[in-house]
Amino acid sequence: MATQIFSAIFVIIVGVGGCVAYFWGANKLLDLIFPSRGVSGTAAVNNLRRQGLVRPWLFVGPALIILTIYLIYPVIATLWLSVFDRGGTSFVGLANYEWALRDQDLRNSILNNILWLAVVPAACTFLGLIIAVLTDKIWWGTIAKSLIFLPLAISFVGASVIWKFIYEYRGEGQIQIGLLNAVIQHFGGQPQVWISLPFWNNFFLMIILIWIQTGFAMVILSSALRGIPEETLEAAVIDGANPFQIFWKIMVPQIWGTIAVVWTTITILVLKVFDIVLTMTNGQWNSQVLANLMFDWMFRGGGDFGRGATIAIIIMIAVIPIMIWNIRQANKETGGH
Amino acid sequence: MAVTTGKPFVGRFGVHIAVLVFVVIWTIPTLGILVSSLRDKDQIVASGWWNSFASSSQTEAGRLPAASTQTQKDGKYVIEGNIFGDGAKRAISAFGVKAAAPTQYPAGTPADLGDGVTLQVNADGSFVLASPKAFEGDRGQRIYFASSAPPKFTTDNYQTVLFSEGIGRSFMNSLTVTIPATVIPILIAAFAAYALAWMRFPGRALLIAVIIGLLVVPLQMSLIPLLRLYNGVGTFFGVPSKTYLGIWLAHTGFGLPFAIYLLRSYIAGLPREIMESARIDGASDFEIFVKIVLPLSFPVLASFAIFQFLWVWNDLLVAMVFLGTAPDQIVLTAKLNALLGSRGGNWEILTTSAFITIIVPLIVFFSLQRYFVRGLLAGSVKGG
Repeated sequence: MATQIFSAIFVIIVGVGGCVAYFWGANKLLDLIFPSRGVSGTAAVNNLRRQGLVRPWLFVGPALIILTIYLIYPVIATLWLSVFDRGGTSFVGLANYEWALRDQDLRNSILNNILWLAVVPAACTFLGLIIAVLTDKIWWGTIAKSLIFLPLAISFVGASVIWKFIYEYRGEGQIQIGLLNAVIQHFGGQPQVWISLPFWNNFFLMIILIWIQTGFAMVILSSALRGIPEETLEAAVIDGANPFQIFWKIMVPQIWGTIAVVWTTITILVLKVFDIVLTMTNGQWNSQVLANLMFDWMFRGGGDFGRGATIAIIIMIAVIPIMIWNIRQANKETGGH
Repeated sequence: MAVTTGKPFVGRFGVHIAVLVFVVIWTIPTLGILVSSLRDKDQIVASGWWNSFASSSQTEAGRLPAASTQTQKDGKYVIEGNIFGDGAKRAISAFGVKAAAPTQYPAGTPADLGDGVTLQVNADGSFVLASPKAFEGDRGQRIYFASSAPPKFTTDNYQTVLFSEGIGRSFMNSLTVTIPATVIPILIAAFAAYALAWMRFPGRALLIAVIIGLLVVPLQMSLIPLLRLYNGVGTFFGVPSKTYLGIWLAHTGFGLPFAIYLLRSYIAGLPREIMESARIDGASDFEIFVKIVLPLSFPVLASFAIFQFLWVWNDLLVAMVFLGTAPDQIVLTAKLNALLGSRGGNWEILTTSAFITIIVPLIVFFSLQRYFVRGLLAGSVKGG
């Protein structure tokens, strides 16, 4: 353990020191190769121009190399692997995709993912918006927001344990130590094994993600609400609008862009949801989703890289529209700056 | 934004109640595991954590000693003893001999079981079973009793999970993964962000578009090729393929698009005049970056550091793919996941481990919430 701590400290020093040394050294070297001071006018101008051509690449270089190895190359390699067999050695054409069209597990996962996509972003955005509006009106709103925001710091695994404890089931008539079953038994209902109820268990898993992400939606939307010009609200009040009309007809339309951003951010998160399903059910009782199915194929029986890669591509395809929309939005706002 | 309603008092009251309901729903789950982690492990299964401040009562079944232990006293055959043996004593409130009526007789009074047989169970667990005839058979009398124990809070669970369940070691592993993986990307991203914000070079717009695109590329796309790459490198150099170095670099790579995006939008917003006057004074890009941009960017660097810290600390997927599951490498999230499998019903271990897992992020989060929120707003509202 001592070596482990030592090596971690060593890495921080070497990592940060190495970065500093690289940026400083490369910059120094550039000044030495193309000196701009102490040479004649035209040479200085020429050298300055050359420096200007090279220096940006020195700055973005390390980032570019790491991005290429860890993100750009893998995306291409995954596409490539999806037309190979389980070991990634012999070409199988579109066999993996054909399998994907027929596989029952995969079809279930896609249906469950669609269910997640339909419920979670909508629920988070809606609840986040309501809480943002309500907490704005009371003196202890900041404290309330902090507490609702808190689950965002909790890991999906931690949150799964927290909720598994709430869904805990003991046989009928016994003392229920899970909050949900205790409440239900208190009111005379039947305790249930919530996470193994087919179809409905999906919703019990979704609640965990909603619990985590509502705080995110709330904070972003709350800040957008603050940006609404006071005059528009005052005018609406003077015109005799009731609070619901003010909310739906004055406030919501003005923060439409932010709602879209929150919605798409949570949508991407939902497509990648893995930890919650793995820890709660591991895909049993018809609760499988794509990300967990892919993890499963990556390691099942020594791993099937071809099918795993194919599932990854299916997730990627679902993300692409949002990706394009994001790039367009960014281009519009920065205007190429 | 003070929107007044027609009925101000009722409206205000309703808002307070509604927010209170939300706050309660959002905090109760976490409170549940915190309280449970501090409870005695027998009490956790005996009563819901919301009852933990009351005495916990439970109905148990037991069997009295067999006939062989009987003694003769005053012409009667008597079996005596204590239900709890030498174990922890609880207060008994009632007892019975039929499963259908487990609390038929109050404690401390003799119960008539028929045929002149009497049974008395006292609150402290001591009992006297007396009969005019000798007891027979080698199975003792079946009895049921309701007992209650005073609330008991303890830190034993923490000692158990930290030192015998391996959570302490995993805590160190998580720190080992998280700190370098948080620190290393910052400088790399800051230089790239400055170049993308303030330097002119061909391909810059394309690079920005690529980074914004990479922001949403699912991690799943990277896993298989990188796993193969790591295995290949490991075999080629004859070194293990699952190493801390590997996961530090992986987290650096996965964190970079967001880091560059976040820092770039902040650095691009710095006032142009500062840069230009420094340039006129003869400062190079390197000097401008180190002496002006870096100090001014402190808030956004802090935002990113918090994000990356929370993301790496809470990550399960990357750790499961790139690190081993041996005690010297397993991180907290993976350990907790393993415990869910092996200790599924031991809630004292699960709740305590979960609380240890979430305590660091909660501290970071509460002490640095301002930076966190700022990063959140900059990262998602601007640009998209």
